[in-house]
Amino acid sequence: MNLTLKIWRQKGPQDKGKMVDYKVSDISEHMSFLEMMDVLNEQLVNSGEEPVAFDHDCREGICGMCSLHINGEAHGPDRGITTCQLHMRMFKDGDTITIEPWRAKAFPVIKDLIVDRMAFERIQQAGGYISVNTSGNTQDANALPISKHNADEAMDAAACIGCGACVASCKNSSAMLFVGAKVSQFALLPQGQVEAADRVKNMVAQMDLEGFGNCTNTGACEVECPKGISLENIARMNRELVKASLIKF
Amino acid sequence: MSVLDSKVPEGPIKDKWTTYKDKINLVNPANKRHIDIIVVGTGLAGGSAAATLAELGYNVKAFAYQDSPRRAHSIAAQGGINAAKNYMGDGDSTYRLFYDTVKGGDYRSREANVHRLAEVSGNIIDQCVAQGVPFARDYGGLLDNRSFGGVLVSRTFYAKGQTGQQLLLGCYSAMNRQIARGKIDMYNRHEMLDVVKVDGKARGIIARDLITGEIERHSAHAVVIATGGYGNVYFLSTNAMGSNATAAWKIHKKGAFFANPCFTQIHPTCIPRSGDYQSKLTLMSESLRNDGRIWVPAKLEDAKAIQEGRLKPTELAEEDRDYYLERRYPAFGNLVPRDVASRAAKERCDAGYGVNATGEAVYLDFAAAFVRYGSEQAKIKGLKNASKEEIIKLGQEIIEQKYGNLFQMYEKIIAENPYETPMMIYPATHYTMGGVWVDYNLMTTVDGLYCIGEANFSDHGANRLGASALMQGLADGYFVLPYTIGDYLADDIRTGPISTETKEFDEVEKEVKDKIDFFINNNGTKSVDHFHKRLGKVMWDKVGMSRNEKDLKEAMVEIKAIREEFWKEVKVPGDANEMNPELEKAGRVADFLELGELFAKDALIRNESCGGHFREESVELDGEQKGEAKRNDKDFAFVSAWEYKGEPADAVLHKEELEFKDIELKQRSYK
Repeated sequence: MNLTLKIWRQKGPQDKGKMVDYKVSDISEHMSFLEMMDVLNEQLVNSGEEPVAFDHDCREGICGMCSLHINGEAHGPDRGITTCQLHMRMFKDGDTITIEPWRAKAFPVIKDLIVDRMAFERIQQAGGYISVNTSGNTQDANALPISKHNADEAMDAAACIGCGACVASCKNSSAMLFVGAKVSQFALLPQGQVEAADRVKNMVAQMDLEGFGNCTNTGACEVECPKGISLENIARMNRELVKASLIKF
Repeated sequence: MSVLDSKVPEGPIKDKWTTYKDKINLVNPANKRHIDIIVVGTGLAGGSAAATLAELGYNVKAFAYQDSPRRAHSIAAQGGINAAKNYMGDGDSTYRLFYDTVKGGDYRSREANVHRLAEVSGNIIDQCVAQGVPFARDYGGLLDNRSFGGVLVSRTFYAKGQTGQQLLLGCYSAMNRQIARGKIDMYNRHEMLDVVKVDGKARGIIARDLITGEIERHSAHAVVIATGGYGNVYFLSTNAMGSNATAAWKIHKKGAFFANPCFTQIHPTCIPRSGDYQSKLTLMSESLRNDGRIWVPAKLEDAKAIQEGRLKPTELAEEDRDYYLERRYPAFGNLVPRDVASRAAKERCDAGYGVNATGEAVYLDFAAAFVRYGSEQAKIKGLKNASKEEIIKLGQEIIEQKYGNLFQMYEKIIAENPYETPMMIYPATHYTMGGVWVDYNLMTTVDGLYCIGEANFSDHGANRLGASALMQGLADGYFVLPYTIGDYLADDIRTGPISTETKEFDEVEKEVKDKIDFFINNNGTKSVDHFHKRLGKVMWDKVGMSRNEKDLKEAMVEIKAIREEFWKEVKVPGDANEMNPELEKAGRVADFLELGELFAKDALIRNESCGGHFREESVELDGEQKGEAKRNDKDFAFVSAWEYKGEPADAVLHKEELEFKDIELKQRSYK
């Protein structure tokens, strides 16, 4: 199929960006969206132009590196997938496709379609861990039974890949689904309970500091999340936060 | 005497690691604050090492080419992680895990390293659970296990189909704790481009900031390489797009020997290639072979009709199908190990029996499983007169519970419903067992330069069993390196900070900058990918699963020719002083073009079939094993360790003879 691509080009963080039109032809419906981008880039390199920079790596839907706002949707049409799993059969011959980077104040553009997601790193560093010594003197793993229900729910929350689609889809650019998922994983497990109050307070404080907006329960994040992380995690984070605020040290 | 000293401690194998730990030098906690360590790569091996070294008190600088350690390709491992816990009471033990791993590796790994791996395996699970890794649990709240290929006990711990992801997030969180404490300086979107040696010791690296393009000098008392495997030398593989060999190759050029480069695992159950544009191959879990039957058409004309789309697989009568694994290996059938299944698939496809348009696919058919499970369900539900359709539907529901996510993933990629038509699969390059040579301390042949995880060579032999890669990465990072590195660093407590303003740093930085300038200014006509794809084709056709002397010699010549053309004709648009993904790729492909030739050279000298590598000249000629791969322990029970001498073809071979004192070398039979 033949397609027209409208792509955000921006040389660097300080430069002004703009939409540029490109044509690609002979795109097979079996290609992934990123392979279609490879075709465009090969074409640009061969004509001496700079290829379009975009983030990608595992191309198996798990690393969370790929981003792309496609026709106004995070990771494009289709549900429960990342951009690397989006296939060109979702488009038609002659289509015009608009491709933009994640849009959020806390995710500044580095180049073209690549944004800086370091804000997520700093939130994790503010408390997204259990303070256990890593030198191997831990108790036997079966010494602490965990109900299957809680373990499964913790796993569902832990499935977040940190891609940022939730932020990009939210009208407030809120990171509460991302933060809620991590807080929930640990809230559901007995390990790390002693620091649970500090964890949620510190992570939420860092999230606010990074310039993410608040949650107004629109639910776009859940719809666009490639891993189906549930809004329930935001509710759990809020409960944890209230609980933490009632604890005096 | 060889220049290689494995430094394996004396004494009985079960005591080696304990007595070794008791005797090595330690660094006093107050002195650790004055010692810097660089860790390159932050997947399971590098991430766990960085976190633990920081925990111990060293100052760690960690480097990752991605924006976060959480994206390392360890994340893509699905199945699970082995540990000899014997929670199931099925007789598992350290010795059994050790035995299975050595045998599974076709007796080409180092006994002492594997035994140590088995010893610490149980502690890995304890560590990860303490970090909050949500492993699967049974209804009593205890950890659940499953079984994997090549073993007779249930010792695989798992977190849904995302075990690698969860383990990585565990060590990522441990890293985050150390980053917050200021004990790890994390350099995201940085790539190591060379190592710097001072007085023969590794004392730093030259790295490029991938956002600004700035070339940076970083010094340390020791350098740890944990950058994973080099499977992308094939262009198409199951590795992430950015996975590369640059750090490992650059240290090889600076004196670290490269071991067994020709040992690569070819995984039998990948989604096949569908066209020339393809960038990547996707792995389907090996567990599918528990219930799927593998076949191709028995007649060439049927295969042709299927390739051309004139015939559907479901229309082919049972007697016109060739269930070739069941035919050749009646005892193990569809559950033969990865190497055997991969070779058999390629043999059928090469003979013209492939089932997709490219002729490079075989069927993995669940129709029989639908009926088998469906009939059982009908009995359980008391449906005496269930129709064939009802039975199939019941069976499909069971298969969906077991493999639903894999079936869905397949349908997304291929756009065919695998419940209605058999899946297509084909082997693909997956994991590299070769890598940088290290001694028992995990140190390379360069003082102070360590290599851990998939990037080293020691634990997997010629073939890797499922669920053992995650185990090795975390064992090296959490429990082995943090001890062994102290023995070396104990001599450095008075050294003080290492200056980066020295002629050694000047020289290496200049080499790095010159290469970058060359790429940016070379007015070539062909893209980096053009060369990478050509290299990959030679590697797959002539240095793939099936190899012979003539092809290997040709491959060496062809790879050299591609390399020479690359340095004349490569085109890299953009600037050096900005984010430039094409420039990053150019440097990596330049290294693959050298590594590929050494890979072929190593395959050439190893005139035996071993692990996943079928050497056409080394075949069993008679008896029950006629036509099967023939390993040659008399002549090849060694590690080939290559010393760099300029051109890859000139590399000098050193042999580390492998000793098997605790395990008897046996023929592997699956008939």
